[in-house]
Amino acid sequence: MYHKTMPYRIFSIFNNVLLTILSLLCLLPLYHLLMVSLSASAPANAGLVTFWPIGFTLEAYAKTFVNTNFLSSLWVSIQRTVLGTGLALIVNTIAAYALSKETRVFRARNIYLWYFVITMLFSGGLIPGYILILKLGLMNTLLALILPGLVAVFNIILLLNFFRTVPKDLEEAAFIDGAGHLQTFIKIYLPVSVPVIATVSLFMMVGHWNSYFDGIIYIRDAEKLPLATFMQTIIVQADMSKLDPEVVANLSQRTIRASQIFISALPILLVYPFLQRYFVTGIVVGAVKE
Amino acid sequence: MEANRVPQADIGSKPNRKTKKRYKQPWILHLMVLPAAIMVFIFSYIPMSGILMAFQDYKPALGFFDSEWVGLKHFRYMWENDYFLQITWNTLFFACSKIIMNLIIPFVFALLLNEVRKIALKRTIQTLVYLPHFLSWVTLSGILIDILAQTGIINQFLVSVFGIKPIFFLGDGSWFRFTIIASDVWKEFGFNTIIFLAALSGINPALYEAAEVDGAGRWKQTMYITIPALIPIGIVIATLALGNVLNANFDQIFNLYSPLIYQQGDIIDTFVYREGLLSGQFSFATAVNLFKSVISLILIVISYRLAYRFAGYRIF
Repeated sequence: MYHKTMPYRIFSIFNNVLLTILSLLCLLPLYHLLMVSLSASAPANAGLVTFWPIGFTLEAYAKTFVNTNFLSSLWVSIQRTVLGTGLALIVNTIAAYALSKETRVFRARNIYLWYFVITMLFSGGLIPGYILILKLGLMNTLLALILPGLVAVFNIILLLNFFRTVPKDLEEAAFIDGAGHLQTFIKIYLPVSVPVIATVSLFMMVGHWNSYFDGIIYIRDAEKLPLATFMQTIIVQADMSKLDPEVVANLSQRTIRASQIFISALPILLVYPFLQRYFVTGIVVGAVKE
Repeated sequence: MEANRVPQADIGSKPNRKTKKRYKQPWILHLMVLPAAIMVFIFSYIPMSGILMAFQDYKPALGFFDSEWVGLKHFRYMWENDYFLQITWNTLFFACSKIIMNLIIPFVFALLLNEVRKIALKRTIQTLVYLPHFLSWVTLSGILIDILAQTGIINQFLVSVFGIKPIFFLGDGSWFRFTIIASDVWKEFGFNTIIFLAALSGINPALYEAAEVDGAGRWKQTMYITIPALIPIGIVIATLALGNVLNANFDQIFNLYSPLIYQQGDIIDTFVYREGLLSGQFSFATAVNLFKSVISLILIVISYRLAYRFAGYRIF
């Protein structure tokens, strides 16, 4: 038994320590940021904070939560995440169900599949997409943030590959009992597909929550900006023209910036541990075929 | 007797005609695909026709039908432009480095993680390393800009331990390249191991037992069982990555670069954004985008063919 040999034991200890350090490295930057956000602004600006807060205070959070720009952006992001994910789940799962049928049952299946896959391979690009939104009159609306990405072909493929692993007997039993496709889909397929649906929802939610670029190009009013775009404008672009002077004055404070970054990442930190146990099965079953 | 036969035929192993009909019902299946098909038509196919702009001098005021046709003017301009060659090179450099690093590091990481025997520790490590994948580049840029600043925590550490001058990670061209690749690997290595871990869990334990009986130690088992089992999926990932060599991750670079390092940091996508939307050169930007899309399409088709040929990989 190799487990009991001395060299393997030494390797094992070394390995465990190394991997623990590596995994902590994935967390430390975020942790450091949290500590900065909890510190008094003078030591934080002087760069004294490392792994504990100095002069612990929640002032930065208090200031962030009275900032109207921040709050309206937060609300826009919540709306787009809930609406966008909900709508996308409905549209993508029903399409994936139909496409998971064999050609014998659904003759047009392959035509539809190619119709969708082509959009994964080739696209008009940034400018034609922008002009389309402009012509449709969706500029500066929530719909501009939701509709263009509603159909995610990659997710449809994940879902349909999973649906195909559902035993045919279940489906046949449902049909013999008199169910139609819609009923079979809702009563049989959805309940057994929880892992993949959880995975896909996580992808969609994270996608909406993190998406900032569409906000930059399609949204003009400060109060309609999603949170990610708001954060992008203040942290990265430092383009304050869309924002209140009051917000701009606050920005010089490192603690406030840190608290905003942390709050914007918080929903993901909260949702992710619950859904993460599904996504390994979800992705694996969906993507890898033996 | 007569009456008995009919129900028997009904119970038989084949569904009766009514059930079969219900099972087929193609119209309802069409109906189920319809919403997705319509959305894709509007938001993917209609913009594809906008590609024609690349052959025009598109003026928003004149619109699509009245703008002047100029043939290949924008493409010629693109080829005669030294800066365009520079950004194509940058794009290839970033994409290739990331593809290689994101293959090797997750591969090694998966092998090492496979040796962790304590299940609780293994789970914790996995949960932590997947996390950065789910944070956006906006959030991460905020963090990176903060910790990589000349007065940031990383430079403080380097200066106090090694006594060197603070490094300008995001403002010096060659350090910028290093930072982009390192931070991308940092963000994605954990998530990229998932696929290798899946392949590892598919290895038949009997192989290890047999090797054990034959006297192979863990090193030999890894060399002759584990690594050969991971090679095929590694090949699939590498081949599929070929289709992505013109994508160097817009989000990351867009959020970390600055005019200071355009020379070393600008990529095709960031260039298209600046030329197209900021400078209003709609036609030129579309031409650049079209060039990129066509090359990518060719590469994707080749890479999928190869992946199917060598590893039997299909997407659906």
